[in-house]
Amino acid sequence: MDRFFPVKRLLAPLTSLKLTVTLLALGIAVVFFGTLAQTEDGLYVAQARYFRSWFSTWSPHAEGWKWIIVPLPGGYLLGTTLLANLLAAHAVRFKFGWKKSGILLTHIGVIVLLVGQLGTDMFARESRMSFAEGEWRNYTEDFHKTELAILSDATGSDLEDVVVIPESTLADGGEVRHAKLPFTLRIRSYAENASIRARGPMVDTNTPAASTAGVGARAVMEPSPPTRAMDKRNLPTTVVEVVDPAGTSLGTWLFGFVLNPQMVTVGGKEFRFTLRSTRYYEHFSVKLIKTTHEVYRGTDTPKNFQSRVQIDNPGSGEKREVDIYMNNPLRYGWLTFFQHQMGRDDIDANRGTSVLQVVKNPSWLAPYLGTIVVGLGLLVQFLIHLVGFLRKPRA
Amino acid sequence: MKRLAVLLLALFALGNAAGAADGPNANFHLEEFARLPVVFNGRHQPIDSLAANALVQIRERRRANLEPWKSWWEKPRMASATEWFATLTMRPDEADTWPTFRINHPDLISLLKLPQKDEAHGQDGKHYSWNQIEPGFKEVEDQARRVLEKKPDAAQRDSFDQSVLKLRNALTLYLRLKNTVIPSNTTNLLADVEKFRAVASSFATRRNDPEQRQAIVGQIFNWDMLESFDTPLIIPPTEANLTREGWTRVAASVVALSLGDNATAIFRTLGDIRKFQGQPGADGAPLMASLRQRFNELLDTAMPPKPVPASLQAYVTMAEAFRRGDSVTFNSTLAGYRQQLASNPAVAGDLTKTAREVFYNHLAPFYNTMPIYVTAFLLGCFYWFNFNQTARKLAFWLIAAGFVMHTVGLIFRMWLEGRPPVTNLYSSAIFIGWGSVGLGLLLEKFWRNAIGLVVGSSLGFVTLVIAHNLALDGDTLVMLQAVLDTNIWLATHVVIVTLGYASTYVAGFLAMLYVVRGVFTRGLDEATGRSLTRMTYGIVCFATLFSFIGTVLGGIWADQSWGRFWGWDPKENGALIIVLWNALILHARWGGLVRERGLMNLTIAGNIVTSWSWFGTNMLGIGLHSYGFMSGAFLWLGGFILSQLVLIALGSLPPRYWRSLKDRPAAPVKPGNPPPKAGGKPRPAVA
Repeated sequence: MDRFFPVKRLLAPLTSLKLTVTLLALGIAVVFFGTLAQTEDGLYVAQARYFRSWFSTWSPHAEGWKWIIVPLPGGYLLGTTLLANLLAAHAVRFKFGWKKSGILLTHIGVIVLLVGQLGTDMFARESRMSFAEGEWRNYTEDFHKTELAILSDATGSDLEDVVVIPESTLADGGEVRHAKLPFTLRIRSYAENASIRARGPMVDTNTPAASTAGVGARAVMEPSPPTRAMDKRNLPTTVVEVVDPAGTSLGTWLFGFVLNPQMVTVGGKEFRFTLRSTRYYEHFSVKLIKTTHEVYRGTDTPKNFQSRVQIDNPGSGEKREVDIYMNNPLRYGWLTFFQHQMGRDDIDANRGTSVLQVVKNPSWLAPYLGTIVVGLGLLVQFLIHLVGFLRKPRA
Repeated sequence: MKRLAVLLLALFALGNAAGAADGPNANFHLEEFARLPVVFNGRHQPIDSLAANALVQIRERRRANLEPWKSWWEKPRMASATEWFATLTMRPDEADTWPTFRINHPDLISLLKLPQKDEAHGQDGKHYSWNQIEPGFKEVEDQARRVLEKKPDAAQRDSFDQSVLKLRNALTLYLRLKNTVIPSNTTNLLADVEKFRAVASSFATRRNDPEQRQAIVGQIFNWDMLESFDTPLIIPPTEANLTREGWTRVAASVVALSLGDNATAIFRTLGDIRKFQGQPGADGAPLMASLRQRFNELLDTAMPPKPVPASLQAYVTMAEAFRRGDSVTFNSTLAGYRQQLASNPAVAGDLTKTAREVFYNHLAPFYNTMPIYVTAFLLGCFYWFNFNQTARKLAFWLIAAGFVMHTVGLIFRMWLEGRPPVTNLYSSAIFIGWGSVGLGLLLEKFWRNAIGLVVGSSLGFVTLVIAHNLALDGDTLVMLQAVLDTNIWLATHVVIVTLGYASTYVAGFLAMLYVVRGVFTRGLDEATGRSLTRMTYGIVCFATLFSFIGTVLGGIWADQSWGRFWGWDPKENGALIIVLWNALILHARWGGLVRERGLMNLTIAGNIVTSWSWFGTNMLGIGLHSYGFMSGAFLWLGGFILSQLVLIALGSLPPRYWRSLKDRPAAPVKPGNPPPKAGGKPRPAVA
């Protein structure tokens, strides 16, 4: 008897092809319902709910059908089980031989793809860099995440001291203290998506002002459901109470994504508060030199979007110009810059603006590798079958 | 045998050639006129294509039937698309009486108070003229605005809404084309041009005179009105911009006499100002100031005007001659204009390209292949009743000829576009058909039992019908959006994934054949069943290979373009489902979970999966691959899926209900091909 017999016995249920077929069928169901859900939930929400999860459920949105609940495994659960199934099958059941070499290769490639996708899910970061012609940026902005930034130097230069409070902390509420801040913040409320409007003299007699100090004293804040559109972001707001070291409240302030930065004076020193997209600073800067937006003659159909940028990396002394356009991204450091949107400055009609999608994905090579291996494997297996088939007599 | 096939093909060709053009305009060299290059929707094309594609959108046909209430044997007067276009642009009053607008929805017909079907009074109850619809314009506009405002999502619109929008689009397109040569608001175009030249000439000498400035601004506003009709660009490049990109509309060519290539820019700036003007607070905004500044800067580049371009002169002369019915002047001006074009270095490429495209239009390779496939399909079925080898061979050669025609059409399209074969939904249908027919021929070469022929020809025919219907949306050679402008990925990802679709369908149709022949006929003997199983299994392997590689290449393209390998876009997911489904079939087979009939049922379900991916995902109206909602297609897709479910239900019937199986001894224990995998205790078959 095989000395690994007990291990094999234990692994047996994991190795079966029945499990593979079941997992594939469930995978189809998850992808199908995850796609359907996009019509109502939007791509971002649906992705998180169905693919970046362990379990989920799907229900139709149509009135009268909401009682239908389809329980589904999440993408993570399926991915890991499929991985376990594959590894176990190869460890226990599979016998190596030339006739199976294609299948072996295919499976290795599938493993690389699965692991690579998991790596992308965990480590990849998408952000954007938006600027007008002539502007420099040394940071990119997250499209979904928000932060409350407190700048101790009110002059507004980029070299000032910044304390940043992430969205999650704001959402948790409670008190926030920081060594660099001579005050305590009490988070009174946080809304993921909200609209802010001026408080009307007649209509808002019963609606309280959003805060006691700052712009919020003259404004009303109304939370709204999170956005589902793929190309729109939530407009979060937060109401924060500032308490000085002596424990006296200086009042509450409303900070909103759509509002300008506001000044708060504590102990004679001014601090600039702003709720903004989470920023990721880089060790180099990029300048937008020129945008090119070509359309087909006599139409509005875009033919080419192109940004010419200059990279300035003081660390390496590198300073060069490069064009970024559709299907021709710039890979620099660990980042890849893609041409995303193009527009025109709000003030100067002759000044173009550009938005670059910036992706940091340490496992970006995995799919390339996986594809080559699987492709090779399928090809080998297909050829083995084809040769066998051509040799057999036919009915 | 080949001779018989050739004879049949000649018959098809004859049937097609019948019905040459005659009528009141027969003396005008309209087929020459059809070859003139123009630019429309950003594409350089012959008038022939422009006219036919427009007519298809307005009337759902490539020719205009001027007496639609007559049956075909009463010989209604037909006009070619070019004749219609010439009449619309040069004798608009006559074109306005032609019943070229097709309205399908009865509620819309009654809303617009249009006459019902009445042959005696020349009404067919479906086709109406511009003049008949005109009293209802406001109603159409109001309804269209309601639909667009209340139902921004195409999926919410019902058939009435869609029919309103379709009519509105048809009317808009008609109006755009009508103003191509002579704008409706002018009685004498050349006199208006002279007026502009006079104003521009005095402005060029006295730029600082506010009165002169006022006058030229007024002129530019007038010409901008015409430019905003969005007509085709018919004026070839002049010295202002002597490149392939230098084509302009009549209005821009007039303003360009003084402003050169800045004419287009000044119209664009004017358009921006107009767009911005409506918004509150726009007047004092810095953006407005900078737009005005730009307008004035462009205006300051005005030079003393050049003489009227010869091309405009030629078009006006042709229009007047056509209006008078003077074919001699029309033909000589046309010939002269063509010579002019030939000597213009920026048009040389367009001239050869348009000639090619007209040839392709007249060849209509895909349309003409359809009857060939149908005949071959019937012959293939006929073979199964009496095993007449003549029928089978004839079918083979017919399909081979159809395949050659199909291939010629594909290559022609590639040549015209300078692109790989699949660039849009229309060409994907053509290509799926091509791949399926090719696979069918291959299968037939090995098995010689007409199965490959029947599957190939039926898929070829069905996909060509689908393509024909997709072409009703207009031009099938449209320019590609910036993001798709990459031949490498179009040639690899798109082609391979489309071959994956084709092979999944071929497998699915083989399985359909198995179920239909097995349940309803006695024709599915053991040998046929086995060979069908082997074919299906082989094609499923092929489909797995292609759909997987195609899908993953799509991911790599996405990584190159957007920085993410996989974005869970509906079309990506659709392709992934095909891959997973094919993998499921193979693993179920290897695991012995299914045998012959189970394999067939799973493979039929592959048809549903593929159709969902090909069309269903586009109907969700989201994501980067969506091409708009198609309600008509939605019903067809639903019907197809239903038919496949019925077939699966039939395929799941126990053998005693199968006409071919009921008398056969119990299913053989011998496993199919290939044997169950290692670890293999024989498992009970599910099928």
